[in-house]
Amino acid sequence: MSTPSHRWVASHVASLPRSGIRDFFELVAKMKGQDVISLGVGEPDFVTPWHIRKSAITAIEEGKTYYTSNLGMLELRRAVATYVTEHFGVNYRPDDQIIITVGVSEALDLCFRAFCNPGDKVMYHQPCYVSYHPSIALVHGEGVAVPTYAKDNFALTAEALRAAWVPGCRILMLNLPCNPTGGTCDRVQLEAIAAFCREKDLLVLSDEIYSELTFEGTHTSIASLPGMQERTIFLHGFSKAFAMTGWRIGYACGPEPLIDAMMKVHQYAMMCASIIAQEAALEALNNGWEDVCEMRDQYHKRRDLVVRRFNEIGLTCHAPRGSFYAFPSTQGLGMTEKDFAVGLLKEQKVAVVPGTAFGINGTGHVRACFATSYEKLIVACDRIEQFIASNRE
Amino acid sequence: MNPVLKLLLEGGRLTTAQMAQVAGFSVAEVEQHLEQLKKDKIFLGWRPVLDLSREEAAGAAVRAVIEVKLTPERGGGFNRLAERLAKFDEVESCYLMSGGYDLLVFVNAPTLQKAASFVSEKLSTLGGVLSTSTHFLLRSYKEGGFLLDSGDGAGNRLNVSP
Repeated sequence: MSTPSHRWVASHVASLPRSGIRDFFELVAKMKGQDVISLGVGEPDFVTPWHIRKSAITAIEEGKTYYTSNLGMLELRRAVATYVTEHFGVNYRPDDQIIITVGVSEALDLCFRAFCNPGDKVMYHQPCYVSYHPSIALVHGEGVAVPTYAKDNFALTAEALRAAWVPGCRILMLNLPCNPTGGTCDRVQLEAIAAFCREKDLLVLSDEIYSELTFEGTHTSIASLPGMQERTIFLHGFSKAFAMTGWRIGYACGPEPLIDAMMKVHQYAMMCASIIAQEAALEALNNGWEDVCEMRDQYHKRRDLVVRRFNEIGLTCHAPRGSFYAFPSTQGLGMTEKDFAVGLLKEQKVAVVPGTAFGINGTGHVRACFATSYEKLIVACDRIEQFIASNRE
Repeated sequence: MNPVLKLLLEGGRLTTAQMAQVAGFSVAEVEQHLEQLKKDKIFLGWRPVLDLSREEAAGAAVRAVIEVKLTPERGGGFNRLAERLAKFDEVESCYLMSGGYDLLVFVNAPTLQKAASFVSEKLSTLGGVLSTSTHFLLRSYKEGGFLLDSGDGAGNRLNVSP
């Protein structure tokens, strides 16, 4: 409904569609107090490990309540550089090739604002995280969605990229492992994508926030492939692997002129990330690796449980190679993803998110987050089984 | 590691049926594993973890930790004495320790009087016991891995998020 105040809203913001997640959130919110098991979250169920929380408390006690360098604390950037070298095989200078941001979300927004001219085309694989298309639209860019498919375990292929490419594409956005599909690419697949990027002279924005949660094989960063570091912004953060979503802390690494351009936007828009969160992130990098491994082990077991149960009860589901999301298909059940999600919520009080919230290529799928306790996952699977049995055609 | 043992170590709250689902076994297979672990004396049994500050849970209202110094026996060292001491029903756990004393003994008793008489009449009169130092537990903050006043606030998470 339009009110007189609406005339103040910028047209490109007014024309942004409502988030499908938000619609579903409101539906679930109406069922408060009804024993709903939610597989609809996009975050770990673990609380941030205590030693990390304690380091933030200590920082407050010590009076660390001031601004930091726009790029973030040098000590943290040094720790990030070491971590990225050890885990991803790419070297960045802490002085001018790393910027600490308010989550990967801010880093991504900085990228679009710093690198996308009005009318530039940005390629991204879809189904994908909800913010990509709107963030591109907000800088007057044009999104070019590249479909990924269940038959490929939702890995992005160079063939699909080539088929979707149109003149004017300057940037490729990657999120591997992927929210919502759990799909990722092995080294061979990445090499083909990298060759395509070099051929078409694309800048790559690589959001690798789920990389530590890779269950099969090892994670390869596209930035580590020959000739790619110079055209890649490596985006990472603490939210998923260290269970630190609410701290809003992430980082971007890349060639110095590109990080400098991002810093220009960041210094005016954000100044710096919270010093308290930076202190916690430093502790996470220095002493948190064991926690990451323990949590990954838990997610792995939960994935195996959920994927096995889904397939047993007739919900076709590929095994996601990374992340904490399963992305089963509702197509064999004769119902749309939305009917499935709404029906399941109303009849059996289990919340999953319709795949279309993550783009049109999510049609026929739902996202089920398995970052919750075994007990809840078991009950949720039993309820889904009952729902499918009672709605079978 | 035995997969059932691993589940026992990390998720003590699971029933055997739930363990079967998580490990991808049948219930019978999980029970077989448990039986074997019991036979091997690795898995000794189940105990509930209770908040003993709650009246209905406080079967043993008094808990004490006792440091015990012993004279080691020729041939047997501390073992025979420790095993003898551990047999008392009041003793919940008993450990041989490094440091300033030899045994650390966790004791449960229904009243302060009973705890005191255990120390003065049963424990200190055992041959080989040189001295005891008894500490009464006043308040518990964590029991068997469970925080009693959980201030984690994790219940406020959004039900649906991107």
